[in-house]
Amino acid sequence: MRMNCPICGTRDAREFSYLGHANLRNRPDPDAGDVVWDEYLHNRDNIAGVVEDLWSHDYGCSAWLVVTRNTQNHGIISTRLAKEDAS
Amino acid sequence: MTFSALRILKEGLTGNKGWRPHWRDPDPKGEYDIVIIGGGGHGLSTAYYLAKEHGLKNIAVLEKGYIGGGNVGRNTTIVRANYMMPGNSEFYSHSLKLWEGLEQDLNYNAMLSQRGQLALFNSDAARDAGVRRANAVINQGDDAEILTVDQLRREVPYLDYDQTRFPIYGGIMYRRAGTARHDAVAWGYARGADRRGVEIIQNCEVTGIDIIDGVVQGVQTTRGAISAKKVAIVVAGRSSQVAAMAGMRLPIESHVLQAFVTEGLKPVINHVVSYGMLGHFYISQSDKGGLVFGGNLDMYSSYAARGNLPMAEHVAEAAMTLMPIIGKARLLRSWGGIMDMTSDGSPIIDKTHVDGLYLNAGWCYGGFKAVPASGNCFAHLIAQDRPHPAATKFRLDRFRTGTGLMDEEGTGSHHNLH
Repeated sequence: MRMNCPICGTRDAREFSYLGHANLRNRPDPDAGDVVWDEYLHNRDNIAGVVEDLWSHDYGCSAWLVVTRNTQNHGIISTRLAKEDAS
Repeated sequence: MTFSALRILKEGLTGNKGWRPHWRDPDPKGEYDIVIIGGGGHGLSTAYYLAKEHGLKNIAVLEKGYIGGGNVGRNTTIVRANYMMPGNSEFYSHSLKLWEGLEQDLNYNAMLSQRGQLALFNSDAARDAGVRRANAVINQGDDAEILTVDQLRREVPYLDYDQTRFPIYGGIMYRRAGTARHDAVAWGYARGADRRGVEIIQNCEVTGIDIIDGVVQGVQTTRGAISAKKVAIVVAGRSSQVAAMAGMRLPIESHVLQAFVTEGLKPVINHVVSYGMLGHFYISQSDKGGLVFGGNLDMYSSYAARGNLPMAEHVAEAAMTLMPIIGKARLLRSWGGIMDMTSDGSPIIDKTHVDGLYLNAGWCYGGFKAVPASGNCFAHLIAQDRPHPAATKFRLDRFRTGTGLMDEEGTGSHHNLH
């Protein structure tokens, strides 16, 4: 598995670590209640197919990436910097 | 057809012409009292105990592939009861006792081999944690012994005791742990359930769950609609997809766990040996002689049923650090299994928000050893609508409430940490 870091170029998967689904960035309000927080922290769509994940380029530039990939065949479809979504 | 030494002798002398299929291959009926979705080890044992212990007969097990074709036929076959969190502790203890009576109960040779599991430690901190775990296992009523390096050198002479990278400080020996023949476990439960009237329906994939006003009505399948008073989901590896048919999102991420098998070798490794260095490695030798070993998850969500090279390399490096003797063994095959990883690393056996719909899921990378107790306890829940005493804590709502989480490693209820 190789991923294209927008800053460093295409690198081996060994340089990256996986955090979880990209909607982890959508943190609920602290007072949203236990049902909302349970959905955010624990429950997952867990899709067999195309997903958006958060990966960190640990052994490169340390940037957070949003990686679009297919969980059924490990194909990497696209990568972008997570901070681009925030701006 | 009952298996016995006399029967084997008779068949051997008469050309082995009297053996028959171990279970029937019926077409699905339109209606059952109970439909079990998933004909893996857990689904089959659930059906078996529903029939045997609760006297229920009108049961179908729906399997999308064939019996023994999923994770129950592709795992590293280890049986053990060395969990320490309340909830897990009594459950795996119950499972080990069921394993010990399984072959007589099923009249089937599951080749249970209580060869002992040796969990090595290689630091003072790991030894302290190991002693704590051993004491917890003794307190739950099972066995554990701490072995010193001198004792280990006598019993397990082939380990590299002179290495400095992850030196062996000692180990815990669980004498009643071991391995079993995974296919035979599936076949034995399938045959046992079938003999008690359960219908095992293969090549029958569930495509929908029918629910009206919060009450389950039955399932839609590739072989037609089937109505049922109770429906049980037991499809670890695909739990999220099947639960979604009932409108549920589960606290599960699917991950890939790799395992590896060498060519057949003469007997060399007597026990199950696990080595928790900076990572993880475990190994046993199958009855055919292949060395069966593995390590950690690849640590990213996956349904690909195959892993990547970094974890394969890590496992090979750990193997060479611990036992350089296996360096010349040739790898015959490797595979990746799809694991239902819950956020606290422990399973779920519970009712759902739908009346008559039950869930058994989240076995992480430890489902095989749980096969007898999982079915036994799930059958109890389905038949009696209250949990079996050995499985009261596998609740689905523990993630929301934070009460009763069973996090064996102390890393928190967080995905991707177990």
